[in-house]
Amino acid sequence: MNFKDTFLNGEQGLFKPAGLTPIQKLVLRFVVVGLIYYGFAVIEGMIMRIYQIEPISAIPDYQYFAILTAHPLVGIFGSTYSIVFGAFLFLVPFLMKKPLWSYKLGNWTFLLIAIGTFTFWFAGFLSHYAPLYTLYWPLPADFAQFSPLGGTFFVLGIALVMLGTVFFVINIFKTITYTPEGWEKQPVGALLGSALGLSGLKNLFRKKENRKEHLVSLPVAAIARGTVDTALNASIILFTGVLILIYLIGHLLGFDLKSTAIDALLYKNWFWWGLDLIADGLVLIFVAGTWYLLATLITGKNLFMQNIARAALLVELVVSWTVWSHHLLSDQAQPGILKVLSGEMVTAFELITQGLAFFITLATLWSARPLKMSNELKFLLGGLLGFGLAVPAGIMQADIGLNRILHNTQWVVGPHVHVAILVGLTMTLYSAIYILFPIVTNGAKLYSQKLANLHFWAHLIGGIGMGAFMGMAGLKGMLRRSIYFNGEFNIYMVLAGLCGALLLIAFLSFFINIVMSVGLKGVIGIFTPSKIDSKELLPAETK
Amino acid sequence: MVDSQMVLNGQTIAYTFYAIAIILLMIWFGLRVTKTGKDSRVKPALFYSFVGFLVVLGVSLHIITYNTIPWASMDLNRADIKPDKVFNISVENHKFYLPSEKLIINTNDKVLFDVTSKDLTYGFGLFRNDNSMLFQMQVVPGHRNDVMWKFDKPGIYTIRSTEYSGPKGAYMILKDVVEVLDNKK
Repeated sequence: MNFKDTFLNGEQGLFKPAGLTPIQKLVLRFVVVGLIYYGFAVIEGMIMRIYQIEPISAIPDYQYFAILTAHPLVGIFGSTYSIVFGAFLFLVPFLMKKPLWSYKLGNWTFLLIAIGTFTFWFAGFLSHYAPLYTLYWPLPADFAQFSPLGGTFFVLGIALVMLGTVFFVINIFKTITYTPEGWEKQPVGALLGSALGLSGLKNLFRKKENRKEHLVSLPVAAIARGTVDTALNASIILFTGVLILIYLIGHLLGFDLKSTAIDALLYKNWFWWGLDLIADGLVLIFVAGTWYLLATLITGKNLFMQNIARAALLVELVVSWTVWSHHLLSDQAQPGILKVLSGEMVTAFELITQGLAFFITLATLWSARPLKMSNELKFLLGGLLGFGLAVPAGIMQADIGLNRILHNTQWVVGPHVHVAILVGLTMTLYSAIYILFPIVTNGAKLYSQKLANLHFWAHLIGGIGMGAFMGMAGLKGMLRRSIYFNGEFNIYMVLAGLCGALLLIAFLSFFINIVMSVGLKGVIGIFTPSKIDSKELLPAETK
Repeated sequence: MVDSQMVLNGQTIAYTFYAIAIILLMIWFGLRVTKTGKDSRVKPALFYSFVGFLVVLGVSLHIITYNTIPWASMDLNRADIKPDKVFNISVENHKFYLPSEKLIINTNDKVLFDVTSKDLTYGFGLFRNDNSMLFQMQVVPGHRNDVMWKFDKPGIYTIRSTEYSGPKGAYMILKDVVEVLDNKK
């Protein structure tokens, strides 16, 4: 096939969208939209990288901060949520060998996240609404700096994403527990107990011969537990959004509510508790679960130390509810006991839970030597390395002594946040995409292995390099969420910018590879309705 | 008191060594996992030893820093320590209001910076001339924000807001307003 034919029809014309089930199409729609929003985040990231080297005169400071506000939200909600939710809406029924509870609800999740993300991004772009994701009280109600109309639409967009998230949560738990037509009545309580780890916990106190079998597989259990944090997080963000909306709409209607009615420190505690459910709960639990799934799929073997892995996931769930205070180590009014117990001690547990997941995944892979260095394996190793670097960096800053000299520096956002998200999380997701690609496309072939290799190396080196140079600047005192006008940290920022360019190259190589694999007609075909019954997960001929 | 730059240098060395070690480990693993080996089973004893190592590391990190970074214990116990000097500073409308044009400090003085915000959440940090940070804290409205610091050597420092408070926050800089004089002179 020549280039034009491949571009139109995909690699060897193997991808046939007409043969996809509705669920397969839904997953692919999630992935396409997730990648488009990832592209948004990468381009925004590059603009900011250039701005950190030399402030661009065409972009005023308020616009720069509007980009900085949209960037993580587009990356997390628009991209990561899309890809993760799409994958899990397929994997939970796939692993439980039963149909998704509601295809329609899954479709609503997709639409709400796609539209919601565009709404808040566009509101920020037009109005330069820029309170940053932290939304520190009473900043969102500071109408001297931010447009209340822009803020209203911004919050509305976030609310749409959260509504889509709530629908995802309902769909996951209903899929785990419901009884499909023609099946024997499913034990709802027992399934829920197994998914949440309660049965596993009881097993720890039973004699070996009395231990009960797990009703759900470990990856499903991980998804369920991560989904608990997703639900809690959605409720916190929805509540916070409504609170801010009351102030915004109040101002638009001509009366200003008293901003001091909400205690700023209480608000920060509340907000960080909710936000950490994503950062320290959802991400770490979902990622650990995905590592376990990938390790078992790659090796075809059982997971090393399965029962410990289940217990660790339950511990991680509880840990994720009690670690938020590490964000408030520099808040002097925060009680010392919370700083020490929640901020330092419980946070240190993440070193243990994530370390266990790291070890268990490597040991499972090791047990199946020799393995072929496939795309999914190399990206999984990249993801493991990302968290291997980022978690200890986070533990270091979650220390009362070190936080005094690290808080709000580029160290936090470089070696910790960006390495965790870009290298740890994103490379894990890429591994999942590479392994699921032939399953959800009914055997489509990847266009170019060379592009896949370029994708891997450019992403790995770019992600680690960018985090490292940001971290070096942070150790030299460079703040995050600020602007430097006199090239104070230029050496580090130029190097970080070059690494950022590598990330852009990685994304483009992956995007081109995927488009060329399925073809332009294939991409369009993903968005047309499927004629197959929505209860079918895979086409009959591929089962 | 140990200078914060020394602590940062220590951290840089420790983390750099760790980062190199974990990268090398993953390269080694990636190379070996594709090759046939004698015994591919990982012994549970290795796993439990690793868990034990993580527990010791997680707990000892904070104990070590508490005992080696002097401002950590001073920070937690500052209510019981009598400062040699107190500076009451307020922040409003993206501006710092100092009690005097320059804050003059003698070396080895324990100084309490008590900062109050009248509107937004800000940050308060002292920076050296090379832009490196001496220390920082958050400044939350409606609450007391105080940080104690002991200056062990003379120097001139710049005050800068270390928390985002809207686009205007990036300009909250008071250059060279803190001066630490040598007590011996």
